[in-house]
Amino acid sequence: MDLNQLTIKEAQQKLASKELSSLDLVQDCIERIKKTDKKVHAFLNTNFDQAQKQAKEVDKKIKKGEHLKTLEGIPCGIKDMILTEGIITTASSKMLQNYKPLFDATVIKKLKENGAIILGKHNCDAWGHGSSTENSDYGPSHNPWDLERVPGGSSGGSAASVAADQVIYSLGTDTGGSIRHPASLCGVVGLKPTYGRVSRYGAIAMGSSLDQIGPICKTVEDSAIVMNAISGQDKLDSTTVPKTVPDYTKNLQQGIKGLKIGVPKQAFVKGLDPQVKNLIQVAINDLEKQGAKIEEVELKTLPYGLACYYIIMPSEVSSNLGRYDGIRYGYQDKDAQDLFEIYTKSRAKGFGAEAKRRIMIGTYVLSAGYYDAYYKKAMRVRTLIKQEFDSAFNKVDLLLMPTSPRPSFKIGENINDPLTMYLEDIYTVTINLAGIPAISVPCGYVNNLPIGMQLIGKQFDEETILRAAYAYEQANGWNKIKPSLK
Amino acid sequence: MKLTKQEVEKIAKLSRLELTDAEKDKFADQISAVLDYVGKLNEVDTENVEMTAQVTGLENVYRKDEVDQLDFQKELIKQSAESENNLIKTKSVF
Repeated sequence: MDLNQLTIKEAQQKLASKELSSLDLVQDCIERIKKTDKKVHAFLNTNFDQAQKQAKEVDKKIKKGEHLKTLEGIPCGIKDMILTEGIITTASSKMLQNYKPLFDATVIKKLKENGAIILGKHNCDAWGHGSSTENSDYGPSHNPWDLERVPGGSSGGSAASVAADQVIYSLGTDTGGSIRHPASLCGVVGLKPTYGRVSRYGAIAMGSSLDQIGPICKTVEDSAIVMNAISGQDKLDSTTVPKTVPDYTKNLQQGIKGLKIGVPKQAFVKGLDPQVKNLIQVAINDLEKQGAKIEEVELKTLPYGLACYYIIMPSEVSSNLGRYDGIRYGYQDKDAQDLFEIYTKSRAKGFGAEAKRRIMIGTYVLSAGYYDAYYKKAMRVRTLIKQEFDSAFNKVDLLLMPTSPRPSFKIGENINDPLTMYLEDIYTVTINLAGIPAISVPCGYVNNLPIGMQLIGKQFDEETILRAAYAYEQANGWNKIKPSLK
Repeated sequence: MKLTKQEVEKIAKLSRLELTDAEKDKFADQISAVLDYVGKLNEVDTENVEMTAQVTGLENVYRKDEVDQLDFQKELIKQSAESENNLIKTKSVF
């Protein structure tokens, strides 16, 4: 077995027992990236020299018999929406083509404190806007299960890279599904934590009331290990909550006997691929066999989630992307004649079509005369959505839905029809509006393309969804099947 | 509902985006389609419903009002398109 195929857990054990060296592990991943990334295009920038140096230091520690931290010596990739000191961070946009951050995001600081080795930055839809990576200004990533298809998005480079065994794990960001959707389409595990669980400091802001950083991994257990490293209150992000972080690996193996799982009736409607629906039903039966109690629940607001999201998110996007003024950092157009033109020309050339669309939608729904009808309305519907989840969780321990309505689609298939592309996120956006945690875990294949199911938990109850996902994964082992890269 | 070219121009100006004529046409169609879609929220009765802007339940998170000296202040200024004497340079406002 090539070392790059290892999970975090396996690598931890093999490093601790001196069965392998960090440099060998890093080297195998680098070789894999060099061999496959022309096809997959998961990376925008690499950091190989630094990674090799770090690995050699870890190996010295191993030789001396020193204790290793949880992620020490294990290579990862990072979505290009997360700031990494000294490594160019572009958000996959031309606007930040040469932007080299002077500081690390809090999650990166925490990964480094745990000994993580960063191999490079993962491609995504520019600014996190998209469900396919086709909105990247540097070209799309390709799905390792079928290279003509999209890996999902926006953290598509991260998911594709983990699926292709280029890295052991990656960090993504999720505003409306951007971790879970590509995890579903690439056959890997993606967790969006509760809003307020993981610091957003140093994540390039998209929708500030929705954004969360989370792990994309090969297994559920690895996701728990990364969550242990990145979670917790941060004084640099005042929306992080002062709550003790549990050891997410502790209760994974407790099983799901007696666990009440709610299945929202409104999730199984027109638009859901019948074969995907089938797989979800088989997964539900499996969880029931393992002792879970399945209950149908009502989520009447679910069909309104996407409409609510497409008001709130662009509003926050238009505000957050306002900082790219062509002056303080990022691209500046040299043809500008006056200050106003510095703004309008720099932004015209620095932003791609999708960012422009979202800025303009947000500007419109926030503008005088439309603010009440659109923005305030959406904020009220958001309340109803949150209340409905709260009352559902009075009856059940977690909820189960598809992650994406269909398997991966062909590159170019949806690019001229933004609304159809937006519908990809129909099952994921509502979770961000409610601020609750959700995990996508592989649950089978349609025409050899992976499908994920989504387990949704109570606010700050990542433990229960991890436990259920672990029980399902152990019984089914879809993650053992590897893509062909053809 | 279909946005007019004038409406698109107004939004673009507020957004500080210079658009080509082709973009104006394209965005008028695409943004109109999205606005039609989100109009579906009108089916939901929100009479007497409070607004939700954030979901953590946290209120008024304060920090001490203390000045903290950045150790990379000069490098930060150099990230601007143009700078002089540790100041960001740009075109005049008036």
